[in-house]
This record gives sequence, structure tokens and C-alpha cells, in this order.
Amino acid sequence: MKAIYILCVRQLKRYIRSPARIIGSLGQPILFLVALGFGMRAMFARAGGGNYINFLSPGIVSMAILFNAVFSGIEIIWDRQFGFLKETLVAPVSRIEIVFGRMLGGAIVAFAQGLIVFVICLIAGFRVVRSPYLPLAIFFMFMIALLFAGMGTVFGSVLQDMQGFPLIINFIIMPLFFFSGAIFATNGLPRVLLILLRLNPLSYGVDGLRGALINQFAFGLVTDLAVVTILTALLLAIGSYFFSKIQL
Amino acid sequence: MGEMIVVQDLVKNYGEFCAVNHISFTVPEGVIFGFLGPNGAGKTTTIKMLTTVLDPTSGSIRINGHDPTREQKQVRRSFGIVFQDPSLDDELTAQENMDLHGILYGVPRAERLKRIDALVDLVGLGERKKDFVKQYSGGMKRRLEVARALLHAPRILFLDEPTIGLDPQTRNHIWGYIQQLSKEEGVTVFFTTHYMDEADRVANDVAVIDHGKIVAQSSPAELKERTKCANLEDAFIALTGHAIREEEANATDRMRMMGRAWRGGGRR
Repeated sequence: MKAIYILCVRQLKRYIRSPARIIGSLGQPILFLVALGFGMRAMFARAGGGNYINFLSPGIVSMAILFNAVFSGIEIIWDRQFGFLKETLVAPVSRIEIVFGRMLGGAIVAFAQGLIVFVICLIAGFRVVRSPYLPLAIFFMFMIALLFAGMGTVFGSVLQDMQGFPLIINFIIMPLFFFSGAIFATNGLPRVLLILLRLNPLSYGVDGLRGALINQFAFGLVTDLAVVTILTALLLAIGSYFFSKIQL
Repeated sequence: MGEMIVVQDLVKNYGEFCAVNHISFTVPEGVIFGFLGPNGAGKTTTIKMLTTVLDPTSGSIRINGHDPTREQKQVRRSFGIVFQDPSLDDELTAQENMDLHGILYGVPRAERLKRIDALVDLVGLGERKKDFVKQYSGGMKRRLEVARALLHAPRILFLDEPTIGLDPQTRNHIWGYIQQLSKEEGVTVFFTTHYMDEADRVANDVAVIDHGKIVAQSSPAELKERTKCANLEDAFIALTGHAIREEEANATDRMRMMGRAWRGGGRR
């Protein structure tokens, strides 16, 4: 347990000590929030969708969490390169403890970035709706963070170097974000897109978070809770498995 | 005195390529053992198998009486290691790196703090322990890694080319601590190096490995006598030949190159 704690603390220290990273990774969500949020606002309202900033903000928060969580897993490659990974792999603690410490630390960092983006959304005009589900927002944010920290751990464990990184970003992470319902509503979508959306784990996280914040569910609270919880457990297990197979 | 490291008929194949080919050797407790060989001879692969991070293809290993493939925790508690490449977290201070190691190895807090102070003083970094490791020079990092490897009071110390790229002063210091430690605490030392004069000076015993096979094992003096050479370097060349070895860069090496290019070449 102490190993989990200290490795988690390590990630948090590295995060807090790197303001460039904190600010840098806010760039993308802010860009999406401003360009899409303000650019599409009038069109969305005219189409009868209501307040687009309110619809979009939970998606942007999810985006920040998604990217930061996956990066935290991919950091394994950097630790492999700069050698620190070896130090943990020869220590008398199980790989499970090591990988849980890493995933937990990565998830907390991603969650923190999500909170910062949430505040930025509030400044941009996002208004939370009073609803009984509000406390669940924290839960969904943290689950998205854990789920994708697990997925990032799979990538970080399997990839030997950063060559595959653009592949992961452009063919996995970007599509996960775009086909998650983060930026558009599900009604009136072509069938293919709807299927993609249904198969995407992030869709349920985004829907849960949006439901909790503005009381607007596409899949329903129970479905979101169940899918997100099960998938998070699954991804943590798969991430741990791949990490435990690392040989130097 | 017992045997700290016992290796029997150890083999590691990577596909068709045989990196370690049926090697056997023993290292008695308290001995400083030099594991010598040209690039790509199988030294690092052997160390990886001895230290639980790589599974052997076949053969058996005993470290302090335990099997690295099955009793990983006992084996890992038994040794400290200084890797060929740096393995510190640059974004943490020296003290934090030491502390993290102590916690991972379950050293109780009071003892941990006491030992950290003693060890960073031993390697001459007492004044700089609150500094971030990224501000350290290559030699300082190495000294810190030696100190860290000793924090949990291991019975065996593995050193994979511990003095590579260091100036003679630092090399002398590092070997100074290690010899002192071996004498005072009976720590068994297993090291690899390309500096034959170092091996001649500090090792009680050496084994020479080439193309995955052990070609000689004895004290440095016997080895010189057998090959009728004046120094260990000539003896080494007599045993392993003059041909220069090509070693294929692995993914980590390539990454390291990229990292260096990326950061403008500041590292070591």
C-alpha cells in the first residue's frame, strides 16, 4: 500500500512542479470551447438545441480528462527512456502495486485538469442546472480519468518508443473524443455514427457527466453508471496485465 | 562463507539469436566479482536475468539462496543495483529519490532518514541533497545511484558499468566506497566494466564472457599468468580477440538519442 501511495505522490509532485504542462494542456480544451462553443452557438440554438455552451462544456471537461489520463499512461515510455521505470521494476513490490500507484496518480492529475477546465467553462458562461444528480459529476469525472489512465497504461506498456504516439493520438484518442457525443447531440445522427457512439466508452462518461451537470441524459443515468463502472474496472485490469508483462 | 550467486547452465535466446549460451559460475559471499566482456557479449542480459527483470530461456539461478523467477520479492530485497543508464527521477530532489527508494523497499522511517543522511554524506552529496537531480552532473548522478542502491542494506550490489563516462577522480571515489563497503559489511559485489585496469585493481575474481559463453574464470593474477600477459587488458584481448563488436541499438537507445536531440544534448 505504501508503494501505491508514494508512486501516486510522485506523479502529483511532478504535475505541480510543471506549470508549463498544466497551462499547456489547457490550450486544446480552451480552443475547442471558444471555437466551437461560440462559433456554433447561434446555429445550435436555431436548430432548437438550446444553449450550446451548456451542452458543450461537459464534453470539453471530459476531453481534458481524456487527454491527460491517456498521457499519464503513456508517460511509462518516458520513464522507460529516462530509466526510472527500472528502479520501480526491481523493487520488492508487486507490479500490481506499482501500476495502481501510477494509474491512481495519473487519474488524480487528469481529474485536477478537468476541474480547472470546468472552472474555465463557468467563466465562459456555463451554468450548472440544479439537480439531484450533481454530486455524481465528481464521480463521473474521476471514473473517466481512471478508465483512460488504464487505457494509457496499455499503450505505455506495449509501445517501446514514442514512434507510435501520433498513431495513438490520431487513430484512437481523437476519434474517441469526436465520436463521444461531446460536441454534438445524438438525435438525428446517421446510423453509423450512432453505432460508433454506442461502442465508445467515453460516450457514457460524457453522457453521465452532462446528465449530472445539466440534467440531460441520452442513455440514462443507470446505463451510464453501469457501463462506466464496469469498463473502468476492466481497463484497470487490462492496464495492470500489460504493465505486469513488461520486460526490460 | 556461503555462495551468494549460483548460476547453472543459464541460457537466453532472442528468437534465433543466443545472447547467453549455457553459462555457469558462482560468486562466494563478500567477494568483488568482475564480469568482463566486449560489447554485446551478454553481460547486461545476464545481469537482467539475475535481477528478476528478464526471464531466462532455461537454466537455474540462485541469488542469496532464492530463485529470481519464482521468489522475486526475496531476491529483490537481497540486492541493490546501479544500472548502466541513469535510473533516477530528474524531477525529484536527491532526498526525494532516496526516500522513494526507501519506501519502496520498506525501510522504516526513522532508519530511512538516518541512512539517507549517512549515505549521501558518504558519496559527498550531503550539501546538495535538496537539489533537483536534473541539476546534477553525470558523476553526481552516479554517486547518488550508488548511495541509493545501498539504502536498504542489500547483501549483493550489482553494478553495470558503474564508472562509464566518469573522470578518474569520481571513479576512484566510487571504487573507494565500494571496497570499503565490501570489507566492512561483507557485501558481495558483482560488476561489469570495460576498464580492465579497474577490474585488475578491485576484483577478487573475474569471469570473461564472449559471444554468450564464459571463456575464462579466475583471479586477475591467474588470468594474466595463464595468458602470459603483463596486464589484464592484454589478457582480455588474448581471450576475446581483436575484432570490434557491433551491437544493435535497441528501442531504448534510439529513444535516448531522440530525447537528447530534443533537449539539445544536455544529458551526461
